[in-house]
Amino acid sequence: MTPFRRALRPTALIATLAAPLILGGCDLVVMNPSGDVARQQADLILWSVFLMLLIIVPVMILTVVFAVKYRASNTESEYKPDWDHSTRIELVIWSAPLLIIIALGALTWLTTHQLDPYRPLDRIAPGKPIPAGQEPLEIQVVSLDWKWLFIYPEQGVATVNELVLPADRQVRFRLTSSSVMNTFYVPAMAGMIYTMPGMETKLHAVMNRVGTFEGVSANYSGAGFSDMRFPTLSVDNAGFDQWVAKTKASGGSLDAAQYLTLEKPSEKVPAMHFGAIEAGLFDRIVQMCVKPGTTCGGHMMHHGAGAQEVAPAVNNRSGDGADGALMKSPDEMKTSPHLTHPHGAPAGHSEPGADSNRNMTRMDAPAYPGRAAAGEA
Amino acid sequence: MSDTLIKMIFGRLSIESLPIHEPIVVATFAGVALGGIALVGALTYFRLWGYLWKEWFTTVDHKRIGIMYMVLGLVMLLRGFADAIMMRLQQSMAFGANEGYLNSHHYDQIFTAHGVIMIFFVAMPFVTGLMNFVVPLQIGARDVSFPFLNNFSFWMTAAGAALVMASLFIGEFARTGWLAMAPLSGLDYSPDVGVDYYIWALQIAGVGTLLSGVNLVATIVKMRAPGMGLMKMPIFTWTALATNILIVAAFPVLTAVLAMLSLDRYVGTQFFTNTGGGNPMMYVNMIWIWGHPEVYILILPAFGIFSEVTSTFSGKRLFGYTSMVYAVLVITILSYLVWLHHFFTMGSGASVNSFFGITTMIISIPTGAKIFNWLFTMYKGRIRFELPMMWTVAFMLTFVIGGMTGVMLAVPPADFVLHNSLFLVAHFHNVIIGGVLFGLFAGINYWWPKAFGFKLDKKWGLVSFWCWVVGFWVAFTPLYVLGLMGVTRRLRHFEDPSLQIWFVVAAIGAAIIAVGIAAFLMQIFVSIRNREALRDDSGDPWNARTLEWATSSPPPAYNFAFSPVIHDLDAWYDMKARGAKRPITGYLPIHMPKNTGTGIILAGFSLVVGFAMIWYIWWLAAAAFLGLLVTAIVHTFNYDRDFYISAEEVTETENARTTVLARLGA
Repeated sequence: MTPFRRALRPTALIATLAAPLILGGCDLVVMNPSGDVARQQADLILWSVFLMLLIIVPVMILTVVFAVKYRASNTESEYKPDWDHSTRIELVIWSAPLLIIIALGALTWLTTHQLDPYRPLDRIAPGKPIPAGQEPLEIQVVSLDWKWLFIYPEQGVATVNELVLPADRQVRFRLTSSSVMNTFYVPAMAGMIYTMPGMETKLHAVMNRVGTFEGVSANYSGAGFSDMRFPTLSVDNAGFDQWVAKTKASGGSLDAAQYLTLEKPSEKVPAMHFGAIEAGLFDRIVQMCVKPGTTCGGHMMHHGAGAQEVAPAVNNRSGDGADGALMKSPDEMKTSPHLTHPHGAPAGHSEPGADSNRNMTRMDAPAYPGRAAAGEA
Repeated sequence: MSDTLIKMIFGRLSIESLPIHEPIVVATFAGVALGGIALVGALTYFRLWGYLWKEWFTTVDHKRIGIMYMVLGLVMLLRGFADAIMMRLQQSMAFGANEGYLNSHHYDQIFTAHGVIMIFFVAMPFVTGLMNFVVPLQIGARDVSFPFLNNFSFWMTAAGAALVMASLFIGEFARTGWLAMAPLSGLDYSPDVGVDYYIWALQIAGVGTLLSGVNLVATIVKMRAPGMGLMKMPIFTWTALATNILIVAAFPVLTAVLAMLSLDRYVGTQFFTNTGGGNPMMYVNMIWIWGHPEVYILILPAFGIFSEVTSTFSGKRLFGYTSMVYAVLVITILSYLVWLHHFFTMGSGASVNSFFGITTMIISIPTGAKIFNWLFTMYKGRIRFELPMMWTVAFMLTFVIGGMTGVMLAVPPADFVLHNSLFLVAHFHNVIIGGVLFGLFAGINYWWPKAFGFKLDKKWGLVSFWCWVVGFWVAFTPLYVLGLMGVTRRLRHFEDPSLQIWFVVAAIGAAIIAVGIAAFLMQIFVSIRNREALRDDSGDPWNARTLEWATSSPPPAYNFAFSPVIHDLDAWYDMKARGAKRPITGYLPIHMPKNTGTGIILAGFSLVVGFAMIWYIWWLAAAAFLGLLVTAIVHTFNYDRDFYISAEEVTETENARTTVLARLGA
C-alpha cells in the first residue's frame, strides 16, 4: 500500500501545481482538499485521467490527422474503398482499451476497498498513523427538512447547521435522515454519502487543516434544499475542547420534544447549539420512533432471523402514512391550489415548524441575513 | 351547488389550480394560445384539416409516422430548451442577496421538466422517429410488422407529451428531479398534482415506446428482404435492433416501478414509503435498472447513424463490420449490469461498488473499439465534409471527453466526490448532446433528402453546427470546473460570489446553443423555400451504400415496387457496382394496410384517463377508460383493414421515376 501511495505523490504534486495555472487560480477544492480521504480521492481522479489520456489523446490526434489527410480534395493520399478489415488493427483496437481497463479495474478494486466509507481509517495523513489507543470521534448526523443536526454523543452536545471537528483526529460519522434523502458532503474533507430515513450510513474521515470549509446537501430534497449548507469548522484539539465547553455552557437541551419541533420543515436556519442531549436519541431517529406512542423495535434487521421470530418493527409509524387518494371521500379531498397563489404569509421562515414553509411560495421577497422578509417589517 | 358535489365533479381541480399569479407562466400561456389560435386559424383557412387527418394523423405509413415523431421531438426540444435557458439565467444571477427571478417552487419544476422532456419527449421521439423512417427502407420492407400499432404508439407518445405540456398551464409539474425519487415523490412529501402528471405522462408515453419497440424488433427479425442475413444487415439496423431489444426488456421495469409509486399514491400501499415496511432504496434500484439501459437506448442508434455516415462520406466500406456488431451486442448486454453506479454513495459494500464500477469501465472497451472503427473507416478514404460528416467528426472529438469523464465517475471513490456535482451534469450532457444529439443532427441532415426529395441548406446548417459545437463547450466546460470546485447540482441560489463568473460563461454558452437551434429552424425554413434549387431527383444524393437510397426520394407509399434481393452488406453500393438494372415492367398490385383513426382515438381516451386520474375526477377516468376499452374492442371487429395499390397505379408511379432517372442519365 505505501509504495503504491508514494508513487501517487509526484503526479499529484505536478497536477496540483499545474491546475491553478490553467484555471486562473480558482479554488478547485475537490482537487486540492484539506482532508486525507479527499486527498486520496483526488489522487485517484488524476490517476484515472492519466490512464485514459493514454488512449484518448492518440484517438483525438488521429481523428484530426485522418480528417485532414483523407479529405476528398487531397487526391495525393491513398484511397482504398474496399479495405475493411485488418486482424492486426482489430487486435490493437480491442486490446489497448482492454489493457487500460485492466489497470484501471485493479486500481478501482484496491481503492474502493481502501476508501470504503464504512472502513475505519488507518492513517491520519500520509506517514502519520493513528495514535495508539485513540478512538475515532463519533458525530451523529441527521438531515432534517431543510437543515442539518449534528449530535456529539461523547461530548453530550448538539448543533444545527454547524459542524465543528478537531483537526487530525479521525471522525466516524453515523448518518440518517428524518424525512427524505439527502447527501452529506464536505468537499474539502471526504466524499459524500446518502442520509436516508429509517436507515443508517457511515462515513470515516479526517481533516488535516484548520479552517472553515463548506458543507452541503448534494441530493435534492425539496423546497429548502438550496440553503442546506453548513459551515464546517476544523479546529485544533484545544479549540475543540473550548468549543465543547462553551456549547455546554450555552444551555438548551435536545430532547425528543425539542427534536420533534426541530424536525418540522424550515429554511435558512441559523446555527443552533444545545448544551445537553437526550441519550439514545439518534438510535430512535434511525428507528423512526421519536414520537411519543411509537415503540422502538430493538435494533436493525437481523440477518438470518428465524422464521418464527417476528420481524422487528423498524418502520413502525405505519399509521402516519398518507391515505391513498382513492380512499378519500370527496369531502376530504382538498382542491389543489397552484402553489404560487399568494397566501399572505411571508415566505421562508427560519422558525422550525412555521407553516409557511410548506407553502413554499417565494412571491414575497424572502428573508435573508440582514433583511427581514417582506411583510415582516 | 354543494361543495361535495363540486368536488365529485371536478376532483381537486379548481380555479385556484390555474397559475394566474405567475407572470412568466401567464405570458407563456398567452404566447402559446395566440400561436395555437393562429395555427388553427391557418389550418382552417387553408382547409388543411381533412388533409392532415386523412394523410397524416390516421396514417399507418412508417415514413409519415417517423416524420411525425421528428416534429414532436422538435416541438418538445423548444420547450425543453426554454427550461434550460431559464435555469442558466437563474443560476447566473442568484448570488448572495440576489435570489434570482425564480422561486424554488418554479425552479424545481423547471429542472424536473427539463430532464423529463429532453429524455422522454425529445431524444426518444427523435430516435424512434429516425428508426421508424429508416429501418423498413434499409431492410427492403414495405412497412413495419404492425402498421396500426405504429400509429397508436406515436399517438400515445404524443398524448404523454400533451400531459406534460398541460401541466404548465393547469396545476404544476413534479418538483422531484427527473426520476422522481421516493420518498420525496410519495404522497407524504409531494401531495400535489406534479408527481401525478409525471407518472401519467410517462405511463401513457411508455405504452407507445414499448409497443414501438415490439414492432421494430418484429420488423427487423421477420421482414428483411430476401438474402439479407443478419450479418448483411446495415449497421444502423443492427443498432436499432439492439435498442429495441433494450426497450422491450427495460421499459416494463419503468412501468412497474411507476405503477407501484402510483399504488402508493392512490391506494396507500407502502412500497416506497419510509414507514409500514416500505423501502425507498428499492425505488432507486428499480428506476435505475430501467434508467441505465435507457441511456444506451438513446446512444446506440446514434452510433448506427455515425457508422452509416462515416462509411458513406469516406466512400469506403465500414471498417470492422463484424466487430462493430459484436461491440453493439456486448454493450446491449453490459448495459444491464451497471445500474448501481448511479448510487455508489448509498453505502453499498466495497465489493459491490467495485463490481459495478468495473462492469461500467468494461463498457468503454467495445465503445472504444467502435470509435477506432470509425477512425479506420476514415483511414484511406475520400472524406467529403458534408454536414452529416462534420457532425460525426465533432462527435468523435467531443464524445471521447464525455467517455473519459464517464469512466472517472465509474471509479467509486472518485464518484464519492463527483456524484451529484455539476461535473456529473457536465458529463451526461457531454455524452447526450455530444453523442445522441450530434448523431440526430447528422441523421437529420443525412436522411432529410430521402424523406422530402431535397437537401438541407448547407450555409444555415454550418451556422447551426458551429453554434452547437462551440456553444456546447462554452456551456459545459464551466460546469466541469464548478464540479471540481465542489458545486453540486439543482441549486437555485449560491453564496460564494467567486463562482458567479463560471455560471455567466455557462449562460453565454446556452445562448450560443440557442442561436444554433434558431439556425437549425432557419435551415429547415430556407431549405423548404429553396427546395427547387436543392432538389435531388436521383434518390441517392450522397452516393450512399445502403438500400434506402435505391428507391426514389421521397419513397412511394410501398417503398419498393419489387422486394430487392440482397447479395452484399452494402446492398445499394453492390447494386451500383454490379450495374444492377431497375426492373421497369411487370408490376403487380401491392397489398397495403389501410389508414385508421383508432390510434388517435385510443390515445385521446388515454389522455383523458390520465388527466382525470391526476385531478381525482374519478367518474371521468372511469368513463374514459370504458371508452378506451370499447374502442379497442370495436376495432378488433374491423376487418376492413387492407387494400391493394393497383398495378396501374404502381406502373404510373414507377414510370414517372423511370422518366426522371432517364433524364438524369442523359
